[in-house]
Amino acid sequence: MNQRIEQLRKESFEARPTISIERALLETAFYRENNGKYSQPVLRALFFKHLCENKTLYIGKHELLVGERGPAPKVVPTFPELTCHSADDLQVLNNRAMTNYDVSQQDITIYEQEVIPYWQGRSMRDRIFSNVPQQWKDAYECGLFTEFMEQRAPGHTALDGSIYHYGMLGLKERIADRIKRLDYQNDPEAADRFEQLTAMDIACDAVILFAHRHAQLAEKLAAKEQDTVRKQELLTIAQVCRRVPEYTPQTFHEAIQMYWFTHLGTITELNGWDAMSPGHLDQHLAPFYEKELAENTLTREQAKELLACLWIKINNQPAPPKVGVTAKESGTYNDFTQINLGGLLKNGSDGTNEVSYIALEVADELHLLQPQPSVHISSKTPDHFLKAASRVIRKGYGYPSIFNTDTVIMEQVRVGKSIEDAREGGTSGCIETGAFGKEAYILTGYLNVPKILEITLNNGRDPLTGKQVGLQTGDPRAFISYEALYDAFTQQLEHIVALKIEVNNYIERMYAKYSPAPFLSVVINDCIEKGKDYYDGGPRYNTNYIQCCGIGTITDSLSAIKTHIFEQKTFSWEQLLDALANNFADNEPLRLTLWNRTPFFGNDDDRADTIMQQIYNSLFTAIDGKPNTKGTEYHLNMLSTTCHVYFGKMLGATPNGRFAHQPESDGTSPSHGADRKGPTAVVKSLSKMDQSKSGGTLLNQRFLPSVLASEQDLDKLCGLVRSYFNLGGHHVQFNVVDTATLRKAQQTPDEYRNLLVRVAGYSDYFVDLDLDHQEEIIKRTEQELY
Amino acid sequence: MQGTIFAIKRYALHDGPHIRTTIFLKGCPLFCRWCHNPEGISPQPQLVWSADRCIGCSTCITACPHEALHLTNEQVRRDVDRCDGCGECVRLCPALAHEANGWQATVDEVVTEIKKDIPFFDQSGGGVTFSGGEPLMQPTFLLALLQEAGTLGIHRVVDTSGYAEREVISTVAEHTDLFLYDIKHMDNNKHRLYTGVDNRSILDNLRYLHNKGAKVQVRLPLIPGINDDHENIVQTGTFLRGLPEINGLDVLPYHPSAKAKYNKLHLNYPGEHIQVADQAYIQEIVHNLEQFDLSVRIGG
Repeated sequence: MNQRIEQLRKESFEARPTISIERALLETAFYRENNGKYSQPVLRALFFKHLCENKTLYIGKHELLVGERGPAPKVVPTFPELTCHSADDLQVLNNRAMTNYDVSQQDITIYEQEVIPYWQGRSMRDRIFSNVPQQWKDAYECGLFTEFMEQRAPGHTALDGSIYHYGMLGLKERIADRIKRLDYQNDPEAADRFEQLTAMDIACDAVILFAHRHAQLAEKLAAKEQDTVRKQELLTIAQVCRRVPEYTPQTFHEAIQMYWFTHLGTITELNGWDAMSPGHLDQHLAPFYEKELAENTLTREQAKELLACLWIKINNQPAPPKVGVTAKESGTYNDFTQINLGGLLKNGSDGTNEVSYIALEVADELHLLQPQPSVHISSKTPDHFLKAASRVIRKGYGYPSIFNTDTVIMEQVRVGKSIEDAREGGTSGCIETGAFGKEAYILTGYLNVPKILEITLNNGRDPLTGKQVGLQTGDPRAFISYEALYDAFTQQLEHIVALKIEVNNYIERMYAKYSPAPFLSVVINDCIEKGKDYYDGGPRYNTNYIQCCGIGTITDSLSAIKTHIFEQKTFSWEQLLDALANNFADNEPLRLTLWNRTPFFGNDDDRADTIMQQIYNSLFTAIDGKPNTKGTEYHLNMLSTTCHVYFGKMLGATPNGRFAHQPESDGTSPSHGADRKGPTAVVKSLSKMDQSKSGGTLLNQRFLPSVLASEQDLDKLCGLVRSYFNLGGHHVQFNVVDTATLRKAQQTPDEYRNLLVRVAGYSDYFVDLDLDHQEEIIKRTEQELY
Repeated sequence: MQGTIFAIKRYALHDGPHIRTTIFLKGCPLFCRWCHNPEGISPQPQLVWSADRCIGCSTCITACPHEALHLTNEQVRRDVDRCDGCGECVRLCPALAHEANGWQATVDEVVTEIKKDIPFFDQSGGGVTFSGGEPLMQPTFLLALLQEAGTLGIHRVVDTSGYAEREVISTVAEHTDLFLYDIKHMDNNKHRLYTGVDNRSILDNLRYLHNKGAKVQVRLPLIPGINDDHENIVQTGTFLRGLPEINGLDVLPYHPSAKAKYNKLHLNYPGEHIQVADQAYIQEIVHNLEQFDLSVRIGG
């Protein structure tokens, strides 16, 4: 890390996440003046341009890459058109202990006077909640599922290499050509397409303008700059900003700035989930790197410095502040930008290149919260690269996470994507599979699968709220067989999934109609050709995911019922249901019998693993292939992010011996402490899930640092990963930290501000997590040294 | 065919090359003062009880068909005369406070467990390790397991003290891909004092395996105050220099982590006075051993 990077890193690390009301004020004024004058896409595009023309710019003292979403690093705007924070919300954000955001009292007052009166009742969130059925609200409020689109825009996407080949002018030409070909005689949607394409064209102009403003500012700063070296740097910045994103990039520096303006454009226009991701950045940058290296216009060190600047830029963008249930289930500053390294090229050959290794070095040296690198390992990936990644993993930042390219491709080909598009695809967010640059793969929300068992055991009633949230499938005491119980469970499951999809589809149309994203649509193929928005089926592929949580908890719970009620008859239904209702009060022997005397998922034990398969198949049947509003389908995804903690809070005691309100199992990992036979058994259990039928699974493993001490230990870790991938695994990630360190960090958080841990499909600062999440990580089974 | 085992560990990292499953066979003719697997010494299965796990629910007391268990002062006491080892307490204890230290397993049962990790052996080049206890104490059982594993193409390691009949070691060697072979002390008197047995057959067997062309990795558990004196190091080095074909020497530094196991077995911990050596000291010993043309590693 050179001095510049060290300085920029320090500034980024130390900057306080702060809320800026600038965007909200500009937007409110713009809407008061213009709402109703234009079609919705054009209105959105003109507002985006208005922002690019008027927002405060920032060029930091040592920067080589420029552009911020807010007026300064770590300053984040609000998006009142989606969620209008109340004055109370802002006070809470300012005052709460964890993941707080600074907001000045003056700004809160202005917000109250200027912003809130206009957006109250007009924001997407207000409109959605005023229209959803009571039945849905009851199920939502008791924690049966979450809804991603209720307060942030759907996003969840990554780019392919197109932007580097076209530049905004090239894209504008494509838009103009498409407008020329509109067929008003035969296409009833031609007028809609015209509005959408016009909006896209305006959006291209907006980002060009934004870049030019940066060029002007850099020139102005250069004129005043005394230091000749810095003066030249500022002039180079100006030159780069005059070139990209308008034209195609010619240098490594321009390519990175090109990406950054595109990234900023998409996260300024709206606040899509998971920000934006560059996709296979190493593959996209390699041609620029190799060309410049050959021409002697760039050194490896310079390339590394520029890449580090991008890392810092991404770290400067904390997640937009959340409210309500979403704040509870996703309390993090991380906005989930993921960078894929390695993988395969479009033609099927190994995609690893020198930039992949440079990126690993940058991630290692900076070890920032964002972005989070992932390595993509195919059967063609050299061991050398996996080993290099494992050396970073050993440091204990929780990244890079490791993905199986071959499974990620298979998942995509299964749902009809071309093999080339699948290879150019990868994972974004935490573990979600998508065709980069060509797909809207929208996460619609988490599904609390153990909770569905809980309502089944209560004849459709939620014990927490007392409301009838499910079907009346009968008193469980009347179930004379495991099959009868399971049948009731699948009826409840189908019912809840249908309820969720009904409202998803409704919200999806609202986004298509009222909140189009013209700039995002420009950079995702084939929105231009279709003349359709990203939210309206414009992309080549359109997928809706429902993320199923708690497979470990539900498998173990059903296994406990099967074993102890039906097979061994250890307990009666009466005894079990009473114990669950009383949270095992005064009945530790019963609880421990369930906990210790039941075959559990994660031990390579077919008695439990076949139950997991049964549930997985039921989830697949309930979700996969259900139609969305874009003429395409829902698929299942096996991800919990941090939602297993929130879902656990909403869940009473479960038949696996888990106490009420404790976290559920995370991702597709076994329940904490249920896996007792080491990591190979965990991997074997996981491999019994037909993962290529999902849009991603997530396996967390925690290792003691001593297990990864030597080079041979790393070889064994790589062997474990390769074996899992041979068996069809999608993803695995490692936390390499001991319990003592985590406990010390709880006691003296200030000394551990740098301690990154793997939370879900991402890492977070341990001391920034709330106590529940801290405890949850400590409880994850520690794979010890034998 | 049955044998007595007391543990199966998957993803065992330190019992031979790459990812391994280790089968611990019960029973050992030695009683080393630093033994870290004291539960492997007795050839018989033992029932043990852990106070820290017990929740005092009395399930075991009621369940015991022989009325051999009593709860006094929050301790479950076992009347050894009445207990016939039937294991009802182990089967029913909700808290896993009662455990069977060792059980009878058939060759099929053990092989089924070994087979589970074949995908990892194939990928990494690992395999199965038979450890103990002293695996050579159950030669017929061990041989059957080695043969089965061999049929499946699984790499086989035998982790042994070498204290066995020549005929046993010779037959086992036919079905073993690598021996991990302990040398504990070169001085026979001291060997007898600290391990309870003579070292002559151990050293002879090692020489025999070496001359026969078996693959052997020698291991020296480094126990301060017992076998780390200069004389023993020199003698060990000299002896091993005479066996040029061995696959290196692993120095295994002593650590006192097994103490809790002794408590559970109601045994006094014989290693109470053993010091833990620091890294610099261990490095020095390694350096001294390297003077004998040995390739020395720390740990295994």
